Amino acid sequence: MFENLSERLSGVFDRLTKQGALSEEDVKTALREVRVALLEADVSLPVAREFIKKVQDQATGQAVTKSITPGQQVVKIVHDALVDTLRGEEDPGALKIDNPPAPILMVGLQGGGKTTTTGKLAKRLKDKEGKKVLMASLDVYRPAAMDQLKVLGAQIGVDTLPIVPGQNPVDIAKRAKQQAALGGYDVYMLDTAGRLQIDEVLMQEVEDVRDVVSPRETLLVVDGLTGQVAVEVAEEFDAKIGISGVVLTRMDGDGRGGAALSMRAVTGKPIRFVGLGEKMDALETFEPDRIAGRILGM
Amino acid sequence: VTRRVLDDDMIEQLEELLIASDMGVDTALRVTSNMAEGRFGKKLSTDEIKQMLADEVTRVMEPVAKPLPLYSKRPQVVLVVGVNGSGKTTTIGKLASQFKSAGKKVVIAAGDTFRAAAVEQLQVWGERAGVPVLTAPEGSDPASLAFDAMTRAQEDGADLLMIDTAGRLQNRADLMEELAKIVRVIRKKDETAPHNTLLVLDATTGQNALNQVEVFRNISDVSGLVMTKLDGTAKGGVLVALADKFGLPIHAIGVGEQIDDLAPFDPKDFAKALTGVGSS
Ligand SMILES: Nc1nc2c(ncn2[C@@H]2O[C@H](COP(=O)(O)OP(=O)(O)OP(=O)(O)O)[C@@H](O)[C@H]2O)c(=O)[nH]1
Ligand SMILES: Nc1nc2c(ncn2[C@@H]2O[C@H](COP(=O)(O)OP(=O)(O)OP(=O)(O)O)[C@@H](O)[C@H]2O)c(=O)[nH]1
Ligand SMILES: [K+]
Ligand SMILES: [Mg+2]
Ligand SMILES: [Mg+2]
Repeated sequence: MFENLSERLSGVFDRLTKQGALSEEDVKTALREVRVALLEADVSLPVAREFIKKVQDQATGQAVTKSITPGQQVVKIVHDALVDTLRGEEDPGALKIDNPPAPILMVGLQGGGKTTTTGKLAKRLKDKEGKKVLMASLDVYRPAAMDQLKVLGAQIGVDTLPIVPGQNPVDIAKRAKQQAALGGYDVYMLDTAGRLQIDEVLMQEVEDVRDVVSPRETLLVVDGLTGQVAVEVAEEFDAKIGISGVVLTRMDGDGRGGAALSMRAVTGKPIRFVGLGEKMDALETFEPDRIAGRILGM
Repeated sequence: VTRRVLDDDMIEQLEELLIASDMGVDTALRVTSNMAEGRFGKKLSTDEIKQMLADEVTRVMEPVAKPLPLYSKRPQVVLVVGVNGSGKTTTIGKLASQFKSAGKKVVIAAGDTFRAAAVEQLQVWGERAGVPVLTAPEGSDPASLAFDAMTRAQEDGADLLMIDTAGRLQNRADLMEELAKIVRVIRKKDETAPHNTLLVLDATTGQNALNQVEVFRNISDVSGLVMTKLDGTAKGGVLVALADKFGLPIHAIGVGEQIDDLAPFDPKDFAKALTGVGSS
């Protein structure tokens, strides 16, 4: 469905091959194509705009490399700039879970993949790091949300906090904290109900939960197919709750994943994991190169 | 009121407004150029410009705004499909409640035999709507559940049978083949069924919705769309691109998580929200 960006750019640049350096005009022409590619990949408009400006400055005046076409050269500059923006300083897989029991809070919009990712992360912590993990569902709204987490816990051999009907999310969080301490758990994970970033009541609720447990990690779980709203979602969740990282789900789909760039650019928070399926082992640590290539449609 | 000339700069700003709604670059260009036709160089107020843009969006969307058609066929089989987490199960609960209130005898089949507690989730919706839910054990074949559900619905004299399915990404060939098989098995029982195949789309989804419609339509003959989560801030502009490209009816929109949070698709309201008419 999407043309390869290099091909598109090669047309634009054919007549420029012999010039010595990338002129401002050449780069502008090329970046118009790049802008379209970013928008087609669902990078949010303000982020695309900002990114193009940055690359414009970087690329203008660069000597044309002999071995590749100017089009390819711009693509490389764009690709490198993307990787640069997407890459965090730390190892994305290293969660801060010293000081047991370490709380991890999972938040996000409805249906983004929080419960599934809670299970996947718990399994990863158990299998790869030998951690003793407790999972608790604070979702008192969605039908059978608690059962869902319980079934996943049984599948992966991770304990879930016993379900007590009628308890509110803050009280469940307190109970999870206590149970985690008493039970000698290394980590306790709190799966929350999906909520809109504009829902003041529910955002307050999760802030209250945060204040009770002081999470070591607060992970925003976002659908990798998300469109332009990604910026607002990431900004609001970060402003109100304070996130420590992002998990992108459904990256096993054929979405181009521009939301990754949007969220990273506006929050500066690392993208930590990528969900690649519904099964409990379909979770990988984030690799900026792979997403950069996808965003550019290459 | 300050007036501005409708020039290239202005048109580019309007394009960006539409792109920010998830309309996609191509469709945004088409909509703005249609809207600007014959008006280029005119002095217009911001309100007038937004209204004209809204009118153009309404014009594109009006032909696809159609409620779910009801047939005399008993049971009318409604298959509900879509990618993971888009809102299929919730939408079935809401629709079942609406049809029940309209005096229809409704039965639901819990065709998601894969996801953890998917059946339990649908059972709660069945209780809320006051409608029976037919189930099969986790891991069993959804096609044979659909077949059995049709038999049951016929025996019980149901007007409507709504079949939930597991979420599947459209690029997963194995899961799409599973869906194709569900359709084939339903047709063995009644070659005119499923009478409606609803594709449920999430309003927060960007351009991938185009691929979703394309592939689900090829595999399962999608007859109409429902877009959920329009109570958030996502504008669902991709619906305009979809209307343009596929022309499939949009039957309803999801505007919340409660049982009554399903509304008819209203092109004018949609266009207003999308272009920001009336909001400065
Ligand atoms: N293909 C695919 N599906 C996923 C992935 N992660 C989650 N899912 C599916 O997405 C759907 C929603 O996942 P949940 O974990 O229930 O999402 P949630 O955020 O907990 O949803 P709410 O609690 O309703 O807000 C389910 O069908 C999951 O199986 C992924 O990485 N890839
Ligand atoms: N805000 C809002 N949330 C919705 C809407 N429709 C569904 N949801 C929520 O979205 C989440 C996923 O809904 P489901 O009905 O489970 O989605 P699904 O497509 O059946 O998911 P899978 O079966 O896992 O693929 C739930 O938390 C629902 O409450 C809506 O219109 N607005
Ligand atoms: K989603
Ligand atoms: Mg959940
Ligand atoms: Mg479902």
